[in-house]
Amino acid sequence: MKNNTWTIFKKECARFFGDRTMLMTTVVMPGLLIYIIYSFMGDNFMQPTEDDSQATVYVENMPETLRPVVEALPFNLVTDGFDGETLKSDLVLKDSDFAYMVFPEGFDSLVANYNPAGGLPAPNVLIYHNSASEKSRMAYDLLCGVLNQWEDSMTNRFDINASSDAGEVFDLAKDEDIVGDLFSELIPMLLLLMAFSGCMSIAPPSIAGEKERGTIATLLVTPLKRNELALGKVLSLSLFALLSGMSSFLGMMLSLPKLIHADEMGLSANIYTFSDYGMLLLLILCTVLVLTAISSIISAKAKSVKAASSVMAPLMLVVMLVGMMPMMTGTEVSSNAMFLIPIYNSVQSMSMVFAREVTLIPVVITVAANIVYSVLGVWVLTKLLNSEKVMFSK
Amino acid sequence: MEEILRVEHLCKTFELSRKQQKIEGTTRTKTVAVNDVSFSAYKGEIFGLLGPNGAGKTTTLRMLATLIAPDSGNAFINGCSVVAEPEKVRAQIGFLTSELKLEDFFTPNYLFDFFSQLYGIDPNVVAERKRKLFSRFGIEKFAEVKVANLSTGMKQKVSLVVSLVHDPDFIIFDEPTNGLDVLTARTVTDYLQELRSEGKTIILSTHIFSLVERLCDRVGIIIDGQMTHCDTLQGICAGQSLEDRFFEIYKEKKGETA
Ligand SMILES: Nc1ncnc2c1ncn2[C@@H]1O[C@H](COP(=O)(O)OP(=O)(O)O)[C@@H](O)[C@H]1O
Ligand SMILES: [Mg+2]
Repeated sequence: MKNNTWTIFKKECARFFGDRTMLMTTVVMPGLLIYIIYSFMGDNFMQPTEDDSQATVYVENMPETLRPVVEALPFNLVTDGFDGETLKSDLVLKDSDFAYMVFPEGFDSLVANYNPAGGLPAPNVLIYHNSASEKSRMAYDLLCGVLNQWEDSMTNRFDINASSDAGEVFDLAKDEDIVGDLFSELIPMLLLLMAFSGCMSIAPPSIAGEKERGTIATLLVTPLKRNELALGKVLSLSLFALLSGMSSFLGMMLSLPKLIHADEMGLSANIYTFSDYGMLLLLILCTVLVLTAISSIISAKAKSVKAASSVMAPLMLVVMLVGMMPMMTGTEVSSNAMFLIPIYNSVQSMSMVFAREVTLIPVVITVAANIVYSVLGVWVLTKLLNSEKVMFSK
Repeated sequence: MEEILRVEHLCKTFELSRKQQKIEGTTRTKTVAVNDVSFSAYKGEIFGLLGPNGAGKTTTLRMLATLIAPDSGNAFINGCSVVAEPEKVRAQIGFLTSELKLEDFFTPNYLFDFFSQLYGIDPNVVAERKRKLFSRFGIEKFAEVKVANLSTGMKQKVSLVVSLVHDPDFIIFDEPTNGLDVLTARTVTDYLQELRSEGKTIILSTHIFSLVERLCDRVGIIIDGQMTHCDTLQGICAGQSLEDRFFEIYKEKKGETA
């Protein structure tokens, strides 16, 4: 009766896909809501402000190399006819919506001739702003970002072409790195969170709920083996968690460009290869299996749906913290053995894929380890289903 | 008489949770639910476990149904040990109790097919059996109605039918009429007699004397986890009414422990 697993799987699917409310709340709504909210936020709050309400940026000694870059930014640019001291005193006011940037005179040649080993201070750019004013702060952030980017590219190509002109600063490779960095820090965590929240909304009703309602006992008196039940549950729940997570993820990915105004900034996610996506899919699949196994075990141990959810809530925090590891430590991992740690291994591997620094071995270790953990998880779940203390405790 | 069930020295002790200790007003951490119970049941009979609430009837039946394992002792159904071969036992028995619920979301029709598959029954047999059982219990009209929307009585009938999808020869029934309205209760007891006439063996538990008198061929009296008497109905009653005889036994037993 090996196909009992399949019978259970089919029943769970009939339950899940036949229940319009369940489908709505776990698959359709999360993605839709995220899409609507993010798009709305992008349209209304993050929009580079219209001409007359754009932040003004006053620039003193604008270097020729940077001029085209700064001019391309969504600011009202003023490069002469102002008094620096007045600006600085005006900036103290809370509703001052401008920033004031001062380059040292002859910045370009200073930079070109600067010798980091010479012991002299590097040329310094000053940006006066008022962080209490939204526009001023955003102008500051954007200017910092652009200058840092530019500085990176200066030192990167110092040996090759120290007098490169500004038009080349934002070359394609650089953009890919921006996207890659952004994605590698954010997306794995978001993926993980969405998958886990999918598990959180699906596993407790399906396992703790069946226990609570006494429907699982009806299954336990049939010749159905406990491991068949455990496997059927984990596989079907993984599928639903995957769908739920995918929905959230799609909603996010579709609205993210709107949120960060990627098109206006010239960013694109179109930088990954077919094998990147393949690895990502594998990683996501094995991660969802692990997360489902964990959620199922918690749900089986819990006395009620409520109890299961309340155990899983703090776990969400843990998952989030682990998900933030690439932001804190980057994609470097001290040893391949680290890829044996569940959840952490998924985050790091996905992060490496997104940063386009992925190598085969960590991914293989991650996928293999996670499959082993899932099998272990099914085994533990089998034990729990077999335990009368867990199944029938009063 | 062909012995189909042999119960040998079954024992079961439960640990009491804090909550239970409070409910029962005790500081004991353990309670002996079933204490060295042995008996046999024979093919084609209805065997009744009679005892007051908390005597250990449900616990005994759950051990027979392999839902819980005995601490010691064993029981054999058709020669299969509930301890060593629980899956074989499960394939041969039907266990009915109000504890076993059906998922609200599904229809009787779906559930019948689903459980038939778990028992590995030939689809052709399933269709015929479903038709027969559904018509016997008046479920046809409700075959496509979700369990959630059925009346309590209809739910119980569907539960009963679903427990019998594999046409078991051995049926365990915990408190068959508990919580049933009089009409459904009658349908159920009539059906149990019908099953007996087909040669099936039924073991049921109850605290209702009249039910035992009406249905059972043999009776085991269980008090405080121990089976004090086990005999034919006539043998137990010895000319008295079952109720009078039971209280006599009960007093003897309680006097002995006091
Ligand atoms: N899962 C359990 N945990 C703790 N105690 C239990 C459990 N099940 C039954 N008991 C206790 O075992 C005793 C016998 O219970 P039970 O078999 O349900 O009696 P009956 O069915 O004859 O009314 C009672 O004292 C009951 O409280
Ligand atoms: Mg009982």
